[in-house]
Amino acid sequence: MPSFVTSRLFWIAVLTVIVALVLPTYVSGYVLGLLTVAYYTAVFAMSWDLLFGFAGEVNFGPTFLIGVGAYTAGILDAHYSPGLSIWLCIAAGALAAVVGGVVLALPALRVSGPYFGLTTLVAVLMLQNFIVVAAGLTGGEIGLAVPDVISIDAKTNYWIALGFMLVSGAILFGLSRSAIGLILQASGQDKIQAGALGFNVTKHKLAAFVVSAFFSGLAGALMVFYMGTASVSTFVDVGVGVQIIIAAVLGGRRTVIGAAIGAIFLIGMGELLRPLGELATLIVSVIALVVILFFPDGFLGIIRGGAKA
Amino acid sequence: MSAAPMLEVNGLTKRFGGLVAVKNLSFSIHAGEILGLIGPNGSGKSTAMKSVMGVERPTAGSVKLDGVELAGLPSHRIARMGVGLVFQHSRPLARQTVLENIKVALLPDKLTRLFADKDVDARARAIAERVGLGGVIDRRPPTLAFADLRRLELAKAVARSPKLVLVDEPFAGLTASEVADFSNLIREFRDDGRAVLLVDHNVKSVSALVDRVLAMYLGEKIAEGRATEVMQDETVRRVYLGGALVSTARPEASFKDVTPALQVDNVGVLYGKAQALQDVSLHVHEGEFVSVVGLNGAGKTTLFNAISGLVPYSGAVKWAGRNLAGGTAAQIARDGIVQCPETRELFGDMTVRENLELGGNALSDAERGERLEWLFGLFPILKSRQPQLARTLSGGEQQMLAIARALMMKPKLLILDEPTLGLAPVILETLSKALDRLRETTKITVLLGEQNVTFALPHADRVYVLDHAKIVWEGPPDRFEAEAAENYL
Ligand SMILES: Nc1ncnc2c1ncn2[C@@H]1O[C@H](COP(=O)(O)OP(=O)(O)OP(=O)(O)O)[C@@H](O)[C@H]1O
Ligand SMILES: [Mg+2]
Repeated sequence: MPSFVTSRLFWIAVLTVIVALVLPTYVSGYVLGLLTVAYYTAVFAMSWDLLFGFAGEVNFGPTFLIGVGAYTAGILDAHYSPGLSIWLCIAAGALAAVVGGVVLALPALRVSGPYFGLTTLVAVLMLQNFIVVAAGLTGGEIGLAVPDVISIDAKTNYWIALGFMLVSGAILFGLSRSAIGLILQASGQDKIQAGALGFNVTKHKLAAFVVSAFFSGLAGALMVFYMGTASVSTFVDVGVGVQIIIAAVLGGRRTVIGAAIGAIFLIGMGELLRPLGELATLIVSVIALVVILFFPDGFLGIIRGGAKA
Repeated sequence: MSAAPMLEVNGLTKRFGGLVAVKNLSFSIHAGEILGLIGPNGSGKSTAMKSVMGVERPTAGSVKLDGVELAGLPSHRIARMGVGLVFQHSRPLARQTVLENIKVALLPDKLTRLFADKDVDARARAIAERVGLGGVIDRRPPTLAFADLRRLELAKAVARSPKLVLVDEPFAGLTASEVADFSNLIREFRDDGRAVLLVDHNVKSVSALVDRVLAMYLGEKIAEGRATEVMQDETVRRVYLGGALVSTARPEASFKDVTPALQVDNVGVLYGKAQALQDVSLHVHEGEFVSVVGLNGAGKTTLFNAISGLVPYSGAVKWAGRNLAGGTAAQIARDGIVQCPETRELFGDMTVRENLELGGNALSDAERGERLEWLFGLFPILKSRQPQLARTLSGGEQQMLAIARALMMKPKLLILDEPTLGLAPVILETLSKALDRLRETTKITVLLGEQNVTFALPHADRVYVLDHAKIVWEGPPDRFEAEAAENYL
């Protein structure tokens, strides 16, 4: 029975990848651009699911990690281009996100439940304020223009985003199914018992945070060099974080893959419904609400439910 | 028995703010020995155990395992040095199977080792077989019977072959034959050469199993020695064991109401495809005390939930002549039917006082004050613990609070589901007296669900036996022993 579910999941994943691979031949550059953003968002959502779905910690601040990665990469490029390769800037962005993640996690993991969430939320607000206040460095409210981009070719950008999403997805999914994923789940369930079974709960949660931060920061940095700008409203705003969280829950908690599906769905729907103007956001929100209320296990839960019956 | 003890605890003290939960406690356990720890509710038994495990950090004192100091180390280090704790309240991974849950306990605590060793599967299966989970190895925990969940906790705690096993209330809520099974498992630990520290309120089974007993009261040691000696000890008798429960059944004919206050007619409940209750009919007169006796899984809690309007059912439940079907749980509660659930359902992050006041929410200030005083008379410990968070109370203290909160609501019909779970004998006596007082001084009607017949019988005017979703026997308590007791005594 479990192998059946996994195999069904597996075939859905294979099918999706095939569609993603042949898509560039058939669709316009505009659609590819949209999907590029969707794939980066998918990585944000998958990283978030590792923390929430497995370690049981609700991180209200995914955009803290993303923002640190994106802005570090962007600022380095803006100041040192062309002396510094953008790949170094991107690596520095990922590293900065990890450092920021550890600095945030060490105090945040001391508290649990809603307090952890609040701590991470405050971190986002602090980062947002910092960006606005240090406008000379960060571009402030107007945003930061970066001189370089990875490529101006829509297809190249698409392939990079797709490849990045697949590799990150494979790593995050593998991790979630490994011994560490199980230990994380056990700690999320009951950390006192996990400790008494011989697991250093803080160490495992910190590791999950580091991994989540690494992929969030890396995706943020890559996305900056796709867009050519970094702004608070695309990388840091609490609203962006909420989108990521909705994507992950919508797709199916504790599945990693579901988070990616949710992210692509949200961005795709938003675009399809764009002609409706303001109404579009409302419709997408209502769909998200209905799925979360009636199918708490998200899209993948619906699929699995079908498999059971 | 080897010369030096395996575990040596010296001057162990644990404070919570102003409260000294464990005071200067010293004891030792040899390899291949079982030490029983007994004492009234809140005497510090679980705290002492958690301090050895490192779940609580000792305030003072020394805990040595084979000469190595453990005090102050985090619990995961202590676990890896060979100590295992069997938790009373289990929260296993619900999406993983029993086998996978056991495997978790065998995983390495290393970030560099992504996959478990090859032999983990075989080891996990062997452990499952040994604790009697062989038949349910591929099931998921939410579908397991209560006793099997406890076996799973046992399996996890001994997965890494600890030399010292700490077991907190393994027998609570188990039937007599399950208690015998668990006793055998614990005896096997001893025969393997492990040291065992055992806490439980089932005095008979503890006495039969242990090599030595240590009795605690208010955090301190009050007696230690062979079980028979300690149970004879004057202080132990007074503060822990209490006296025998006295029975005072009233014949059904003495209740004057012609239509009984509560009528349950042909009630059935289905959970998916499983028939949890089938064609159950019973009645309770106003002022009558009725016990529903049944083993785990017989359907007692389902019956009570149906009466309280918490699960959908077929058939009819009538209260004071009115059909309750269609009423919400809140309406039914306002009509005076109050259930004190097995799971307690306390507000953990609120204080004792706040929990009680919430119970008396509907009462006037004066009435609430009076009621509180009366309850503090019944359960003096709650009076001294008013500002304490409910979550931090000892197991038995929580049980008392749950009962007190239900009584705060001035119920007309009080439904008590397994009220004796985790209570010390002496508190059973208190509770017993409280029920007697209720019966003499008020018109309250009581429906009591128990598998502990030694408590259920003395407090019943009439008894029903529920077995596999059906009522199989009804009668006065004095006929129970002769006609229905074989599974329960
Ligand atoms: N975290 C805490 N904060 C405050 N008081 C606590 C805390 N934990 C336990 N206590 C108190 O310490 C005392 C000892 O509790 P403990 O759980 O050790 O009792 P116990 O002997 O195991 O009782 P029981 O038989 O009811 O399980 C209790 O009065 C309890 O209320
Ligand atoms: Mg206890």
